[in-house]
Order: sequence, then structure tokens, then C-alpha cells
Amino acid sequence: MATATRVTEADRDTQTVTLTVRIKRTQPDEGIVGKWQEFRVEASPLDRFLDVLNKIKWTQDGTLTYRRSCAHGVCGSDAMRINGHNRLACKILVADLGTKISAEPMLGYPVIRDLVVDMDPFFAKYEKIKPYLINDEPPPATERLQSPAQRERYDQGTKCILCGACTGSCPSVWANREWVGPHSIVNAHRFIFDSRDRGASERLQILADRTGVWRCRTIFNCAEVCPRGIPVTELIEDVKRAIVYGSPDVPTD
Amino acid sequence: MYRGQSGMWAWLLHRVTGVAILLFLLVHIVDITILGFGPTVYNNALLVFSLPFVRVVSLGLIAAVLYHSFNGVRITLIDFWPKGAKYQQPMWIGVLLLTIVGFLAMGYYIMLPVFQGCPNHLCG
Repeated sequence: MATATRVTEADRDTQTVTLTVRIKRTQPDEGIVGKWQEFRVEASPLDRFLDVLNKIKWTQDGTLTYRRSCAHGVCGSDAMRINGHNRLACKILVADLGTKISAEPMLGYPVIRDLVVDMDPFFAKYEKIKPYLINDEPPPATERLQSPAQRERYDQGTKCILCGACTGSCPSVWANREWVGPHSIVNAHRFIFDSRDRGASERLQILADRTGVWRCRTIFNCAEVCPRGIPVTELIEDVKRAIVYGSPDVPTD
Repeated sequence: MYRGQSGMWAWLLHRVTGVAILLFLLVHIVDITILGFGPTVYNNALLVFSLPFVRVVSLGLIAAVLYHSFNGVRITLIDFWPKGAKYQQPMWIGVLLLTIVGFLAMGYYIMLPVFQGCPNHLCG
């Protein structure tokens, strides 16, 4: 566990700090699996951790592999375990990490290379809960209208960027990779509690299965790590209650 | 090692205390079975629970039972009270406080005979 030395307020804007960055490397073609490598990098406290990774890759070791795309906390590509917590590398500042930083691939996923994990099972589970509007009724002349309260009911779930941080932080996922995982339930919640959707019972049936919501042991790691601030466990509990009571409590107007 | 938040420790402790209580249940089944050999044998066998060492072990049992039951209420509230998940952390602090208060009160009566130099009812 890295001991974090806090960068002071005074350092923030002016100084550069020397970071000791430990990265857990996996290079299957070289026969390297989970080997720690240490890098020393100059960085500003206001750099994001993604900038630090870029510096290492561009100036020290071009073989370092990680995912990034938008680099602004929207695409959800660069979720990884930083100082022991799942975080988006592009959303966390060096100032908040200290001068000794560790980076590892997320737990619960097969590691492909360095910090890159295989997200295929993650998306297969996501698709399993039918993450799209189900409504075969003839479309009305206007839009399918909703009241502000009805829109509010599923708002939290719409924020998900499918970065996988929640699922990688969940001990239930580590123990059983068949489990649908928090990300699937959050996205199921987004439609189950949508007043326009008619697929709630279908999804609740999928989630009432032995690999469904009941494997959630209310550990709350998922809610803590969500870079979008989604109260993941609260949404999972909503779905559990919808299964127990037979239907979701969606506002009627 | 994943650095989880308090909810992870609450869950882990719940699991560990659950297993500990299960192990005690096995001991309990054995001591209740001894009742079949008559009151004298049973009473003499139960004196083992008065040994200072076993009293210290009993402290662990009490801590486990108190934590597991109070946290069980917390988990039930998380599941059935719509605001339960939101207040899980303050509830966990409440669980720990109740556990500590209950432990001190019950622990006092368990250890008192040892400090009074009379660990079982026979010496009085």
C-alpha cells in the first residue's frame, strides 16, 4: 500500500514534484505477469494521473499499455486501480494522490496487457439486461411525455459511462465472475424505473435469477468509486425491492 | 489488496463473525448433548465455561454475536427502508457503538468473577 505524501497548497500552482510511480506490468509476449515496475516522473500537482502515464509512455517506456480516449472523464476508458482504489486516470489529480502512486489493472477482469483489461464479459452482461427502451405500444402523436418526477426517478442511472470501476471494486464480482455486476443493474434500473418503458417485468425476471441482484451484499465499494457519483448500491436496492414487491415504484404522474 | 471503504469492512466483519458464531454453535451442540448424561455430568462439564481462559474466549463470542446481530439489523434496513442505503455509514457507526456498549456491559459481568478470585459457582 503506497503511503501518500500530501502536496501542499503552496506547491499546487508553482512547483513540480518528483513522483515515484509503481505500475503493475503484464506483458504476455514477454512472459511478464503482474510484475511491479517503478518509474520516476516529474509532474505538476495539477497534472492528472493520465498525464503522468502519458509522460512515462512517451519519454521512458513506450511499451506501457493503457486505454484512454476522451481524457475528460466522459468515455470511461481509463478506469484502473490507482493507490488501491478504482479511479478514472483522467479525473484524478496528482495533488490528490501524493508523491508515491501505484497503478494496477482493475480486479475482477482478465488482464490483457499492463493496465488494459478485457471488457468483453462486462459488455456481455450489460447486454443481458436489455439496456434499451422496450415499448411496443403505438407511438403517440407527440413524444412519450413524462412528468419531472417520472424523469427524476431514473435520473441517476442515466449518468453511467460504463467505465467498469464499480464492477471491478465489487467483492461479489471477484468471487463470482458469472454475476451480472453493479453496472448491469444500474443500467437495468435506468429502464425499469422509466415510466415509458414496458420491459420492467422482463428485466426483473433476469435479475431475480441466481446470477442477478441477490449476489449484491451491500458492500458499497461500487458507490464509492463511481466517477459519476451514482449511488450504485441505492439503485441495486431499488431493484431488489421491485423484485420483492412485484413491480417498480414508478411515479404515475 | 483493494482499499475499500467502511461498507467493505462492515461486510467482511459480518462474514467473519458469522463463521465464528457458527463454530460456537458446534460447541454449543456438544455441551447441550451432554445433558443426556444426567444433571451431574452436565453441571460438571459446564464448569469449563467458568475457566478464566474460556471466559476470555467468551468475550470474543459476545463481541461477535453483538456485532453480527446489530449489523444484521443495519443490513435489513438497507434492504427494506428506501433511505437505508443512503444512511448505511452512520448506521454502521451506530452498530459499532452499540456493539462496544453492549460488549463492555456484558464483558464486565463475564470477567467479574475472575477478578474476584472466584471463577465458578463452586468456590463460593
